[in-house]
Amino acid sequence: MLTVLLFLPLAVAVALLALPAAVARRAAWWAWTATATAETVLVVVVWAGYEPGGGVQYEARARWIPSAGVGYHVGVDGLSLPLLAVSCVLFLACAGYSRRETRRAREFAALFLFLQTTCLGVFAALDLILFFVFFDLSIVGMYVVVAGWGRRPAAARAALTFFLYTFLGSLALLLGFIGLYLAAEPHTFDMTELTDRPPLQGRAAPAALVLLAIGLGLAIKTPTVPFHTWLPPAHTEAPAAGSAILAGILLKMGTYGLLRIAMPMLPEAWRRFALVFVVLGVVSVLHGALVALAQRDVKRMIAYTSVNHMGYVLLAAGAAATAGERAGRLAVDGAVTQMVSHALITGALFLLAGVLYDRGRTHAMADWGGLAGPAPVFAALTGIAAFASLGLPGFSGFIAEFQIFAGSLPARPVATGLALLGVLLTAGLFLRALHRILLGPPRLPPGVGAFADLRAHEAAAIVPLLALATLIGVAPRFLLDVVEPAARELVGLVAG
Amino acid sequence: MSGAAGWVLWALVGLPLAGGALLALAGRAADRVAAPLAVGTAGLVTGLAALAAVGRPRVEAPLLAGLPVRLAVDGLSAFLVVTVAAVTWLILGFCAGEFARGAARARFFGLMLLFSGAMMTTVTAGSLPVLLMAWEVMGAASWALIGYWWHDADRVRAAGTAFLTTRAADLGLYLAAGAAFAGAPTASLALADLPAAAEPWRSLATAGVVLAALGKSAQLPFSFWLSHAMRGPAPVSALLHSATMVAAGGYLLLRAGPLLDASGWGGPLVAWTGAVTAVALGLVALAQTDLKQLLAASSCAQLGLLVLAAGVGSRAGGVLQLMAHAAAKSLAFLVAGAWLAALGGQALSGLRGAARRGPPGTGVAFTVALAALAGLPPLALWAAKDVLLAAALADSPWLYAVGLVATALAAGYGARALWFVWRDAGDATVGRLSRPAGATLALLALACFGLTFAALPPLAGGVEAVLGGAETGAVRVWEWVVSGAVAVAGASAAWAWGDRAPPVPAGARRRLLDWLGLERAARAVLVAPVSRLADALARFDDLVLHRAVTGAARATGRLALATERVGERRLFGAAVAGVAAGCAGLGRLARRPQTGLLHHYLAQAVAVLAAAAVVLLLVR
Repeated sequence: MLTVLLFLPLAVAVALLALPAAVARRAAWWAWTATATAETVLVVVVWAGYEPGGGVQYEARARWIPSAGVGYHVGVDGLSLPLLAVSCVLFLACAGYSRRETRRAREFAALFLFLQTTCLGVFAALDLILFFVFFDLSIVGMYVVVAGWGRRPAAARAALTFFLYTFLGSLALLLGFIGLYLAAEPHTFDMTELTDRPPLQGRAAPAALVLLAIGLGLAIKTPTVPFHTWLPPAHTEAPAAGSAILAGILLKMGTYGLLRIAMPMLPEAWRRFALVFVVLGVVSVLHGALVALAQRDVKRMIAYTSVNHMGYVLLAAGAAATAGERAGRLAVDGAVTQMVSHALITGALFLLAGVLYDRGRTHAMADWGGLAGPAPVFAALTGIAAFASLGLPGFSGFIAEFQIFAGSLPARPVATGLALLGVLLTAGLFLRALHRILLGPPRLPPGVGAFADLRAHEAAAIVPLLALATLIGVAPRFLLDVVEPAARELVGLVAG
Repeated sequence: MSGAAGWVLWALVGLPLAGGALLALAGRAADRVAAPLAVGTAGLVTGLAALAAVGRPRVEAPLLAGLPVRLAVDGLSAFLVVTVAAVTWLILGFCAGEFARGAARARFFGLMLLFSGAMMTTVTAGSLPVLLMAWEVMGAASWALIGYWWHDADRVRAAGTAFLTTRAADLGLYLAAGAAFAGAPTASLALADLPAAAEPWRSLATAGVVLAALGKSAQLPFSFWLSHAMRGPAPVSALLHSATMVAAGGYLLLRAGPLLDASGWGGPLVAWTGAVTAVALGLVALAQTDLKQLLAASSCAQLGLLVLAAGVGSRAGGVLQLMAHAAAKSLAFLVAGAWLAALGGQALSGLRGAARRGPPGTGVAFTVALAALAGLPPLALWAAKDVLLAAALADSPWLYAVGLVATALAAGYGARALWFVWRDAGDATVGRLSRPAGATLALLALACFGLTFAALPPLAGGVEAVLGGAETGAVRVWEWVVSGAVAVAGASAAWAWGDRAPPVPAGARRRLLDWLGLERAARAVLVAPVSRLADALARFDDLVLHRAVTGAARATGRLALATERVGERRLFGAAVAGVAAGCAGLGRLARRPQTGLLHHYLAQAVAVLAAAAVVLLLVR
């Protein structure tokens, strides 16, 4: 079941590339959308069959490189299932949004299908090398998306920066994985075994080194300050669907890795260096928000708010180590909710920014004004997405951030108090952007005659994302029922 | 509690929230049906509020791990739900006729419902998460309502200021929630459990709650946002200043009375902040030259007294003050809006004679509203104020004295506004009110009278009984007389002074007109440095961090080139070339002997054999 979920997109991608070009070009979007829909249905079926609190489920194993302790091992639990689900939803949204993508449509569709397999693979992998392979392939896929379909001429450079920087991170990650492998007795890359019997317990120095390597790799991917500078150019130059996937899914790989690998496999070291992650988190929250406030380009601004939002996850993960049972669980609940929430909301925001670019070939805020007049639907959705992103209750962001704050404050009152300021800063920057672009007197970029409101396929892509964010914001139990047992288990492992 | 009463409570908060959100989202398509739908919903909600006030339901639903949504109607909430529902209904009824005809009515009515639904949730919230949710949604709805006319950049900016200022204070509630969670590891964040939290968390929770409440109620130093909020439509002001938003802060402090007591320092802090706000903003109101600004400053001042009541633990006084102020202030704003529509101005000097020139009935309604705000007997605010001032007197005579000063100032600005609108009689009336609008004004005016009885014996005792909890003694007769006399004296003085400039130095007058320069201070001390810091950090990102990364990449490239030049060409390349050259040389050497001449070969053979013989001999 899970294996089908993982590899169906890849199979369709291969089939698309194998078909004659003329056929494939016409069929590409349909095949992509149909596959993404099937994936979403599949993940809903998986969710429906998932037993909350029942540990890892839908496990599948196969021999791969037994001599090196590497195996094909996948499964889902309360940490990964929400991310798998939100990935499927976001990929479907991107498929719908890309209805009008005419530049090498077949390759575009195949590439996104390939990316979907790699993203799902990262979240489902239960073997470190499998995780690493998917992790790396996702970087390759995203590199091609940015370089091939990005905004010329800067895209190539941005893509190269993204690729080299995150690839460097993945190398650090691999180093850390090998460290874990060598420390484990018997040597293994299997994540469940490494979690059940964490290696390097009681060996402070090597554990610290391994945590450093893994932490560095994940920090670059997340990204946290000061390893975030690849993010704004990559986001700015990528096509809208690429930005949505990059921010919505790829960034989660970093924070997911913290929860899945760093915390449970190196619990002692995590506790010892929790403060480092708390500080990195708070710095990311504040730096991301402040720099976002200074941006004049919509996409760059949204990109920096991602740094801010991921900072909360880091803060929660750091605080959970020493917050005690109940608060720690709440913090981890919040961290997972934040990942899901950010995927939905930032995905929607980037798609909306893509609409803006599509109509006027510019992301500069100064070029736009009063769009609520010609495009009320666009304005309403952008307003909703912005308020959702600034953590307004009623949307998923609040559910996430409230849990993070309440869960982190007992252990780290000063850090949490500082991080709270991020909520105010994001409110300020989003209000300013709304004011500039949507409200006030009308203004269009030179040479743009009119602003067409959202088209049906654009609305069909964006509305479900925001609807889900609202559902989680109003009735989060369906999500938290899945997350909470996993969070409890994780905190149990880390708290020792 | 489950069953019918539980459903009443869910419907009480759910109807306006969901109905309002749907109506606002429906967009222009729903414009035609928006007003009847909204008024109908508000009427239904008012009925539900009455049921809830009698039935006192409690409901609970799971939200977060161990932190449920808890809603309950107790004595305090009972008064609030009825006030919120009724005022919303009346204001929406007022708007149903003419307001925003031909404009985006669905958005207006939807947001108004959402706004009041958020307030309804706030006043029934039994635990911090749901309180915070409602609290912030209310702030966002106020943003959308103040910026209703979004074409105008000034109004949008005003909305932004209001939202950001109140949100800054809202952070207090996040802090309070975290502190409550830390202070009582088993707590479900119920509001009633807050006083039991361990120190220092209890103090942090108290500080957070107080901060949030002061921000929402536009108390010092947050008052300035209310000045800008005036740029929204008048019915929005009528709702925002009366039963929602600013009232929420006062309500929260009344609700948090036990927490303020338990903290030891919360009560006095709150009481004095309220008292100082009542006096300072009373002076600001007196100095205003614009009717809406005067009314706005008056809201801060009147709520200051409500906050004072909360600080000295007078629940009855606070609730009565809240309800009486809600009636008077919504009435005043509705009339101001009607005048703005009919006469086209809101500067006091332009409103001369408005009471006679405006639509019939507005003059009387406005007079009742302003006389009530002025604290003139026998209107409701006079009576309510005495109930809370009696509690203040029991706490500290100084607080009572400051309260009396605030009373005199309120009488002053009330009379001053009345002086203008009754001056220079013009006889032709302009415009007409629709029937529901007229009915709204009449009912609110009646409330300004009727609520007096709630503050006087024997009803006052009933109010206290409903609210429960310990109460200070009854108001003594001389207190009624003193406050009434102070109000009459203040009003008379202001009336006699007329439209001359207030008797203070020009500099002070400018400062008062500018709301004490609070906003400029906030901008200079907070907003400007943050924006500079943001710009600096953005430059740091681009110029330092990003350059460092690209620099490192470039350095790697240069290293590659250098490796190529030095390593590849000079070292390895040269070595390989050297070896090759050596081999070639050897090859050339090796070719030499091959001359093709037989005797050369023979000589070579002899030489090799001789050498071999020598080697053999030597080795052996």
